Amino acid sequence: MTFEYSPAPESRSIVDLKSSYGLFIGGEFVDGSGTSFKSISPATEEVLAEVAEGTADDIDRAVKAARKAFGSWSRLPGRERAKYLYRIARLMAERSREFAVLETLDNGKPIKETRDVDLPLVSQWFFYYAGWADKLAYAGLGPDPRPLGVAGQIIPWNFPLMMLAWKIAPALAAGNTVVLKPAETTPLTALLFAEVCQQADLPAGVVNIVTGAGETGQALVEHPGIDKIAFTGSTAVGKAIARTVAGTPKRATLELGGKAANIVFDDAPLDQAVEGIVNGIFFNQGHVCCAGSRLLVQESAYDEVLEKLKRRMSTLRLGDPLDKNTDIGAINSAEQLARIKALAEIGDAEGAERWSAPCELPANGFWFAPTIFTGVSQAHRIAREEIFGPVLSVLTFRTPAEAIEKANNTPYGLSAGVWTEKGSRILAMADRLRAGVVWANTFNQFDPASPFGGYKESGYGREGGRHGLAAYLEGAPA
Amino acid sequence: MRVDVRKTHKLYIGGAFPRSESGRTFEALDAKGRFLANMAQASRKDARDAVRAARSAQSGWAGRTPYNRGQVIYRIAEVMEDRRDQLIEQVRAVGSTPKQAAATVDQTVDRIVWYSGWADKYVQVLGNANPVSSPYFNLSTPEPTGVVAVLAPSSLNMADPLLGLVSTVLPAMVTGNTVVAVTGTAAPIPAVTLAEIMATSDVPGGVVNLLTGDAAELGPWLASHLDVNGIDLAGAGDAATDLEIASAENLKRVRRPADEDWTTEPDLSRLAQWTETKTVWHPIGV
Repeated sequence: MTFEYSPAPESRSIVDLKSSYGLFIGGEFVDGSGTSFKSISPATEEVLAEVAEGTADDIDRAVKAARKAFGSWSRLPGRERAKYLYRIARLMAERSREFAVLETLDNGKPIKETRDVDLPLVSQWFFYYAGWADKLAYAGLGPDPRPLGVAGQIIPWNFPLMMLAWKIAPALAAGNTVVLKPAETTPLTALLFAEVCQQADLPAGVVNIVTGAGETGQALVEHPGIDKIAFTGSTAVGKAIARTVAGTPKRATLELGGKAANIVFDDAPLDQAVEGIVNGIFFNQGHVCCAGSRLLVQESAYDEVLEKLKRRMSTLRLGDPLDKNTDIGAINSAEQLARIKALAEIGDAEGAERWSAPCELPANGFWFAPTIFTGVSQAHRIAREEIFGPVLSVLTFRTPAEAIEKANNTPYGLSAGVWTEKGSRILAMADRLRAGVVWANTFNQFDPASPFGGYKESGYGREGGRHGLAAYLEGAPA
Repeated sequence: MRVDVRKTHKLYIGGAFPRSESGRTFEALDAKGRFLANMAQASRKDARDAVRAARSAQSGWAGRTPYNRGQVIYRIAEVMEDRRDQLIEQVRAVGSTPKQAAATVDQTVDRIVWYSGWADKYVQVLGNANPVSSPYFNLSTPEPTGVVAVLAPSSLNMADPLLGLVSTVLPAMVTGNTVVAVTGTAAPIPAVTLAEIMATSDVPGGVVNLLTGDAAELGPWLASHLDVNGIDLAGAGDAATDLEIASAENLKRVRRPADEDWTTEPDLSRLAQWTETKTVWHPIGV
């Protein structure tokens, strides 16, 4: 049985895009000193706007503006800093639909997700940390914790605005000022956020936004005027940042890659588990560092889980991200699509068996059908490397000990999932999984009150909760 | 007249006391440059053996109950108190007055007692129940980072060879990590006594491994070792930047060197440093 859906597109008229954008430095939009680049819609390849490529000089200007603002911002009583953050939280809620549409246009993710996940969390993140600004003495870092100074923040393209909120909200609450560089393929919502900073009358220089690619980010990391670097992105770049800040006073927090195991025992509620598997790997086209990209199924449940999973995958709707019925949007860039295709081909070549949900891919834009590989061994590259796309590698296990062994057999350690009805088993598994977030009978849950971050090569530092605040404060625990 | 029996000073790896596989020794000298003893000089291979011993011991040590870890560490203090006179003599030999040496040893015993008490408390202080805005049980707890390498502070400062060593090794140990510590060459004898105290204090073999040797020689091997999860650079000296760069290869947690006064009561930053926060989510429903 198939269901026919009529198109249900969200209107894009709510977004008023300019043809080109400068940089946001010292409270104003200014021209960049370098060339510009185009930001396109990955669903249609339509050019959305031209954006300035920040140079080392632009970074220098932004860091100086942030430094100038730091003195008065950090001395402002916490309750007053809080009010600015509350304003931003409210403004983001008020303009939520506009931001959701723009994020979907620029990123390619479904409007269903930007509207129901990204934007509500963005507003909530600012609201949560606003309340911390006048309570820093209760953060567990002694009676008078101090802000670090100027924070350089580099965010990825998978959750552009949400990552902005994760970075800016705690930094500002703690009294730091920031220079933020959005990803080169998704700069537009950060630039629209700059308008929100203006609407909130946030003091000039507290938030500075410099768009650009890797070189712009590198200039920010290397700038001697920053005290802290917060980065979310690939493990390779994270390691390069760790090397760059070595021997300097700069602190770093790194949220990097993952290859999470999603472990399904035979006593699990299998229909729920299948929803969790689908959410774990196909949410946001699998462009999720904590995606459940390795499914570990207990052998005795393998046939049933695979049958249910394929059936469920066949109902996923891939297509126009602005359509409210769309489950799977566009791959964010041609480059990322090429990487996903290359790793999938390696999966074929290494002998795993590919199955993709039957769906038609649009003619323009970047698309990849939801795909699973079965017969995957731990040695296969698709079981070891982060694909960052809608590709699931399926492995099996017999005993809990074997599941733990396989789950932990990775240099990453960001997240993991466990599905079983047995409470004591959940706790034992959660105890032994070497991962910063363990979702039991759920997956991909986020909340500003909940610390998120990895073990091992998934990076260090936490975002969210009291722990996320501590990443922007000087002071010792307890 | 009786001729005294002198001790051979050896490494402490996996609960045993081997000589260096390299066959090398160096001379431990007192403050006036007089010969005290030949020390086993740990090699790259010894460091790798120590990491292997530490890795093997880690899950068992982390799996002990917090109460038990606290008791084991308290037992170190008990046995050290018994060896007080011996340690005072060894600390004094590197240049302090008997009174200063006694104060250092007493502070060291007290520091161990202080840390032993944290074993069943830091999880409450560093962890959190998280009030998430959806129907989920949500708990964050600190877990051990894994194997921690310590380049212990090493100088003729009387606090360094004993109090500094204990103040860098204990916070990693109390949180369920296992430790490979390099003592440096300036004043290594108290470290050998500490090893003997640990060996007779119910500390499982491999939980703490003490290598007498040169941090400049062993540091690079430990910083680049892919089965080491964290490194304390307290005694790294000029090599600290290079070691931090090498540590990035597997994103070791790095404790940078700082000007530290070992005689004041520590804060919890070293305990927190060697933990990873794990957050567990579970739905609430009937």
